Amino acid sequence: MSDERTNDGQQFDRLPATAAERTVEGRATREEVVDYFADRFGIPSATFDDYTFWEKGAGKIWIYAGDAPTPIEIEAIGMTCLRTRQEHWKPTTDFVQRFGRHASDCVITLEREQARRFATGEDQELDWDGDWGYLIAAHEIAGELEPIGIGLYVHGELRSMVPKGRQRDLDS
Amino acid sequence: MEPLERYRSIIDDFDAFLAACKRPLGNAVRVNTIKTSVERTLAALDEEGVGYEQADWNPRVLDLETDSPGSTWTSFHGFTHGQEEVSAVPPVVLDPQPGERVWDACAAPGGKATQLAALMDDRGTVVANDNNLGRISALRFNAERLGATSLAVTNADARNYSLKRFDFDAFDRTLVDAPCSCEGTIRKNPDALDNWSEGHISSVAGIQKGIIRRAIQATREGGTVVYSTCTFAPEENEAVVQHALETESCRVVDFDLGLEHSSGLTEWDGETYDSSLEKAARIYPHQNDTGGFFVAKLEVTA
Repeated sequence: MSDERTNDGQQFDRLPATAAERTVEGRATREEVVDYFADRFGIPSATFDDYTFWEKGAGKIWIYAGDAPTPIEIEAIGMTCLRTRQEHWKPTTDFVQRFGRHASDCVITLEREQARRFATGEDQELDWDGDWGYLIAAHEIAGELEPIGIGLYVHGELRSMVPKGRQRDLDS
Repeated sequence: MEPLERYRSIIDDFDAFLAACKRPLGNAVRVNTIKTSVERTLAALDEEGVGYEQADWNPRVLDLETDSPGSTWTSFHGFTHGQEEVSAVPPVVLDPQPGERVWDACAAPGGKATQLAALMDDRGTVVANDNNLGRISALRFNAERLGATSLAVTNADARNYSLKRFDFDAFDRTLVDAPCSCEGTIRKNPDALDNWSEGHISSVAGIQKGIIRRAIQATREGGTVVYSTCTFAPEENEAVVQHALETESCRVVDFDLGLEHSSGLTEWDGETYDSSLEKAARIYPHQNDTGGFFVAKLEVTA
């Protein structure tokens, strides 16, 4: 029998701290997840000191602030934050709304009408000098920049990744 | 409205009560302090040109002057969540503290569970349980939209709830916002009384008794259980708490409530209840222009 376990889609497993502790093939480590948020978006690693990260299903990562043993078979643990096990990791819109204010990189600021279109799920042509790939779309609301959701920037176009159920027609 | 006639003898100014029950409710929302402050939410509403009124008893509860409270930027960002004013009462009475372990035994669709998380600064563990898998998807959606990271969601019957799945053996506090006959939601759901019957009340009361007992057993000594319903029927309120007093180790305790309300009953339909039931609160629609609610706070004594 091998020690190598496979990913079990029925339960949540806490991510191993580092690659040295990894027992499930292909599973992201806590270190990799925290580094990804720091490298891509400039979110300070310390932001996540009091949180644990979990995987359920192939590559879906959850962030949790509470107590739980690993593994655990429940319906949800904290909130989904990241999709791994694919070439380009993809943060969720809800994660970006919750933690995106700590980001300093790959944040694209939208004007009023652009923000409105983004929230409805529309793609739009926009100028952006930074890296292509997943960006945090944000706009100014009540005097501060506020993340709206995750977008994919390629070929001069910002594609809204706001999930269908979260898209809204906002009047103003 | 006819089923409500049975409460004529226990409700002061019954005609005002009936008149209030016939008026539709406004658009109440709760400010989700997991995402931002009350001040910034109000500034964002001002910016959008959406009028609001803050509840006297709770600055986090707003009545919005819009027909589509779900189509505002504040809602999109999860700064606000549609939640009836009285529905924001039980979590405040439970008074959970950051870092604690809290159980919401009947949590879907998650307004109160996320309010508990917000009251705890999203630090600690809120186990949000519901026996209805369909309603759990709404609970999960709301939890994610509101950014609650301290929620663990389970799908089980609260009456025989097992703590084995966790690595702790008791909760600090438990909220039982019980499934009920929903008489108090008549202003929001005009058909709430369509299938009303004493038989239904009696069967749902049986379930409520099972849930409150398990809630007390699953809460540590010295911990708190809040029992609430959105109905007026004493069979589902005082009688359920009375059953808990007779079968589990607990006592009814006082709490402050900044809303006008009436005391819990000590007798109904030939039954008498422990005098401590007076410490429970009955909130009637005509008292604060809200829905109807019942709340009792219990301390676990063993």
